[in-house]
Amino acid sequence: MGAARGVSGCSVIWEVFRQEREGQPFQHGGSLEAPNIAFAEAYAREFYGRRGESFALWIVPREAVDEVREPYVADVFDRDYRRVDGYSLKVKLKEARELAAKNASR
Amino acid sequence: MSPNIASFLRLADDELVLGWRNSEWTGIAPFLEEDVAFSSIAQTEIGHARAWYELAAKELGTDADALAFDREPDEYLCAPLVEMRLVDEWARTIARHWLYETADRIRIQVLLNSQDREVADLAEKIDREETYHRMHAEMWAERLREEPRFCEAVDELWPYALGVLTEEQRPLLCQAVDRSDVEAIERGGHTDNLSPLWEEMTMVRRSVPGASW
Repeated sequence: MGAARGVSGCSVIWEVFRQEREGQPFQHGGSLEAPNIAFAEAYAREFYGRRGESFALWIVPREAVDEVREPYVADVFDRDYRRVDGYSLKVKLKEARELAAKNASR
Repeated sequence: MSPNIASFLRLADDELVLGWRNSEWTGIAPFLEEDVAFSSIAQTEIGHARAWYELAAKELGTDADALAFDREPDEYLCAPLVEMRLVDEWARTIARHWLYETADRIRIQVLLNSQDREVADLAEKIDREETYHRMHAEMWAERLREEPRFCEAVDELWPYALGVLTEEQRPLLCQAVDRSDVEAIERGGHTDNLSPLWEEMTMVRRSVPGASW
């Protein structure tokens, strides 16, 4: 959008990550276009900070982000124990609750 | 009018009119990010105007809207700097924005030390938002520092910028922007730009006098 409306000089795309509360992981908020870090910071504050919705921001030039496509190792063998959905917590949880109830009534 | 009320109205009128002028860039600023940022600055200026009008209104027994929109153009106390319609010239708009924000800081600094608790508290609240305005103005001034259109605009607007402040505050502005004192274009008179702005700004309110919106 910025390019279409003619940003003077070379413009950079910046990726903005926001941390909602202190100690929480940073999550991608969005991106913006700005000629340098001073402008990027000002716009990021405006778009992701002025309503008190972020504790901190990371502003990174998109170029600096190393994108890895298809990062998985081929899942050819039966190794579903590696995946979170390989376990059914429901059954375990039910058994644990029953056991706890039994112990409590004892 | 008490000196207090007059000083609130000077501030409020400056912020309202400048907020209005800056908002003329909404939708047509040089690029999208700037459009959002500058519109937001315009909006907070108008918010600050409301706060100062409310202080004045309490003493005058009226309300903020009446002060903002029911006075005649020549009753406004704003400085000529904020009245100018600069909407198609970004470099001049930034020159004004930078000069105004720098001057405004000096004025707010005085209010922060006011004996009146209510005034000092409000100045503190406003200053927190103005910090962002200044950051925005500074980054643009830095970027356009060597742009001839910006430099010419700063030269042109300098006497107007001095007129935003009282005489005793002006040396601080000279120092802040590293320029020498010249004869200021004083508050009190208005440019031809104010009247059409007033027409537009008060149009809806005047269309149904006394209505509660």
